[in-house]
Amino acid sequence: MTLAVVGASLGLRAVESARRTGYDGRIVLLGAEDRLPYDRPPLSKAFLAADGPVAVEPFLGADDLRDLGVDLRLGTPATGLDPIAREIHTGDTTVPYDAAVIATGAAARVLPDTEGISGIHSLRTADDSAAIRSALDSGARTVVIGAGFIGSEVASAARKRGLPVSIVEALDTPLVRAVGPEVGEVCADLHRAAGTDLRLGTRVTGFASQDGAVTGVQLSTGETLPADLVVAGIGAEPATGWLRDSGLLLHERDGGIICDGTLAAAHGVYAAGDVAHVANALFDGELMRLEHWTNAAEQGAAAARHALDPASARVFSAVPYFWSDWYSHRIQFVGTPRADEVVVAVPAEDGFTALYRRGDRLVGAFTVDRPRDIMKYRKRIAARAPWSEAVAFALETAA
Amino acid sequence: MRIEADLNKCDGLGMCEAMAPDFFEVGDEGTVVVLDGNPGEEHRTDLAAAVDACPVLALKLVS
Repeated sequence: MTLAVVGASLGLRAVESARRTGYDGRIVLLGAEDRLPYDRPPLSKAFLAADGPVAVEPFLGADDLRDLGVDLRLGTPATGLDPIAREIHTGDTTVPYDAAVIATGAAARVLPDTEGISGIHSLRTADDSAAIRSALDSGARTVVIGAGFIGSEVASAARKRGLPVSIVEALDTPLVRAVGPEVGEVCADLHRAAGTDLRLGTRVTGFASQDGAVTGVQLSTGETLPADLVVAGIGAEPATGWLRDSGLLLHERDGGIICDGTLAAAHGVYAAGDVAHVANALFDGELMRLEHWTNAAEQGAAAARHALDPASARVFSAVPYFWSDWYSHRIQFVGTPRADEVVVAVPAEDGFTALYRRGDRLVGAFTVDRPRDIMKYRKRIAARAPWSEAVAFALETAA
Repeated sequence: MRIEADLNKCDGLGMCEAMAPDFFEVGDEGTVVVLDGNPGEEHRTDLAAAVDACPVLALKLVS
């Protein structure tokens, strides 16, 4: 029996889960990056701080890896999958498997036509993070493109160092897809209050450069913002190019793998994390592809269990959860923003809470600086708690 | 079995509370409060899940 896991970061969670179930067979773990698996959330948070850790630490050392008994092949991106023959290809080699977990994640979208200009980065890998940190260390004027979570965290890191930063966002409200328009406005205010220059409804039309290094960002308003560092936080796309000829069902919009509720993508193949679209039974079967660490960790563990013992596979229906640190604020969200109504239950002085209603139940909750409350909402969403009860709880916490 | 929480590492993200709400809660200080530090053996699976779910590896189960 061989379990093959593709994608090292999340894949290692799957490997740990597999061993925890008592599986003592062979495990092959393939990683595209040539470094030991590490967690990504700190790359846009602690690692960008002036007093943050200077090196990205792998979350398991070489000894732990040895104990897990895994055949780890780093710098070995998978290039193809044959689910009928049960083989994974990595260029010139073939890895036969009995069960496979795909956790290749997503790759940051890159700005077109910027290859020849230095100082322009996306943020996905440890190397990206190191380059951005080094620019911040030398006092860069920063322009962030895209007001998503990654971009907002970069802006936050710059402001914490007292550096000037602008965020350029094409939409009129940030984070509409992630939290809805009402709460997007609240997020915009957090940026403004911290002194970040937020340009909404504005497009980037080009870049100014000198001697191959970026010096400015040209905007649709005709203005040019001076910049030594440009960070593109314009989203990520599932890393599924290698699956194009596999016969797996890929989503027409982003190429993500379409899975059933148990994370199965084909016989013997399960997917987890940023790469997977999964119908969530808790939210009327809504197809969700989540780019959150928490979701990935939970799915990675479940995918390994299901791959090793398909008969035991159960529908995966966790409540999505993500957090983000902006300036001195903790932002947290549980559930789905797709709602009939959004109600602000706790005003901004004492933190902020918005609740999301679908029909007569609570389906989402967004908080700022209310770390005590968030899991109470998550529990209610999982239990399909009635809306009135959730609102009563929110009012109680505000009192 | 004993639960150990490293409050210097804890970031108050609440995954432990999500996995095992009878044993963990994010408190007023924004860090974890262990509600029952000496749980019975029958809770090992839930507690192990909570320990594994911690994004900053602040929890330990000492048997």
